[in-house]
Amino acid sequence: MAQIETMTLNMGPQHPSTHGVLRLVLELDGEIIRKITPHIGYLHRGIEKLSEYRTYHQALPLTDRMDYLAPMSNNLGYVLAVEKLLGIEVPERAQTVRVITAELTRLKSHLVWLACHALDIGAMTVFIYAFREREKVMQLYEKLSGARMTSNYYRVGGLSADVYAGFEKDVQEIIDTFPGFFDTYEGLLTKNTIWLQRTVGNGVISAEDAIDAGITGPALRGSGVDWDLRRDNPYSGYDKYSFKVPVGEKCDTFDRYKVRLIEMREAVNIISQALKALKPGPVLADEPQVCYPPKENVYNSIEGLIHHFKIASEGFPVPEGEIYQSVEAPKGELGFYLVSDGGNKPYRMRVRPPSFVNLSAIEKMAKGAMIADLVAVIGTLDIVLGEIDR
Amino acid sequence: MAENNRAVIKLKERFAADIVDIKEFRGEVTVTVKKENIVDICSFLKTALAFNLLTDVTAVDYLGQEPRFMMVYNLYSIPNKDRLRIKAQVSESCCSIDTVYKVWSTAEWLEREVYDLFGITFNSHPDLRRILMTDDWAGHPLRKDYPLQGPDREPYKGRLS
Repeated sequence: MAQIETMTLNMGPQHPSTHGVLRLVLELDGEIIRKITPHIGYLHRGIEKLSEYRTYHQALPLTDRMDYLAPMSNNLGYVLAVEKLLGIEVPERAQTVRVITAELTRLKSHLVWLACHALDIGAMTVFIYAFREREKVMQLYEKLSGARMTSNYYRVGGLSADVYAGFEKDVQEIIDTFPGFFDTYEGLLTKNTIWLQRTVGNGVISAEDAIDAGITGPALRGSGVDWDLRRDNPYSGYDKYSFKVPVGEKCDTFDRYKVRLIEMREAVNIISQALKALKPGPVLADEPQVCYPPKENVYNSIEGLIHHFKIASEGFPVPEGEIYQSVEAPKGELGFYLVSDGGNKPYRMRVRPPSFVNLSAIEKMAKGAMIADLVAVIGTLDIVLGEIDR
Repeated sequence: MAENNRAVIKLKERFAADIVDIKEFRGEVTVTVKKENIVDICSFLKTALAFNLLTDVTAVDYLGQEPRFMMVYNLYSIPNKDRLRIKAQVSESCCSIDTVYKVWSTAEWLEREVYDLFGITFNSHPDLRRILMTDDWAGHPLRKDYPLQGPDREPYKGRLS
């Protein structure tokens, strides 16, 4: 009788389709995957530990280095958590700008997902196009915050500065042109036979299994679960906008692709509503204990300078307590669990990274598939290792 | 108020002896329980109260207090759109708790992370290995007595120039 032996194959951490430093040890029977053992932690920087030694504002730049493809969503989750702990209200203009920039971030993140996912499966044209469009969002980021990726634009209580003159025009240009680009991508992919063969029926996970595995975000909605934190537990004024929550049916990679594409169109829809609702007003809460003073005061008066210096160096005390605040990040539910002992530094900051939890379901989704299909599953999970390893 | 929370009412009926503390802060309800019955409490919350999504498992190190560690489970109910936080005390001398992996499979990786960074072990966990740190790492970095710069290194004193 012939003996069947399985082969162990190492994939990553230096592998173009593992989206960073993810290492998978595969047990193969021919080309069929029998077992997957992921190894992570190559990018572990100890962000949770570092934040315990920094004031609340000093910990803010650490957060946009987690999911570096969607920095503003990370910042948003963190500042909302600190604001909830402090119990302060954010002015309406700041909230609206936050919604606009957070949705632009969703576009930016989904464009990278689409580009890399398509490239992994062999559609190179989409990669080039999607990165071209992402560049437009990056340029807006740079004008807004001075940085293309690590934006650090929000502050506890509002924004670091009001938007630049001409911001509305730049955003309007994006929302006018992007739906056409989405049509181009769909034209290249949605009815493409190769794309369909690679994605339909790939990485199937039922709604029940997906919830059990803790999957959140578009990956869960692709499995037919109608749940979106922006609609169901609104934050930052999302309840004022009307938008559709796309839901898949067949729980496969193709449905998750469709969900994310509709999400991009809905993001454009939310941005255009928010842009209409953008009214002049303050962008920082009137909380001198917490918020930085206006720059004019800092440059022109000694009191303003001292005030700025005190907040920058000493931070602000935060009432004792613990809270959990989550946002619908492009990858799923991004949560911040903050514990304060009454001091000016977080006693404990826990980040609930969506990619980490989504990745843990990879064996369920790719067991019994071919190696090439595993590449499609990694793409559809939309992981980013900076967030998984923190 | 916390007393009117649907989960708190049911938990008081079923597990009155296990509840240590009930708190509400900024609209979030936290129930602290004894660690012995954590699996029963969690499966009750999942089946009877529809807390079907285990959002997060983590721990907090209260160095100098007794018990030293606090396990934190953040639960979410997709049908009811509400949250509940369950906490369980874990002492340093008996640094282990039962795994809730059988209730929500997502706990597997999350508990591995807690084991890796805090050194709390999980009884009958299927695959309790380090996850973020390397296999041969000594110590548990998120413990409060673990130095920020790592073991055997001088603390950073700022730039000398």
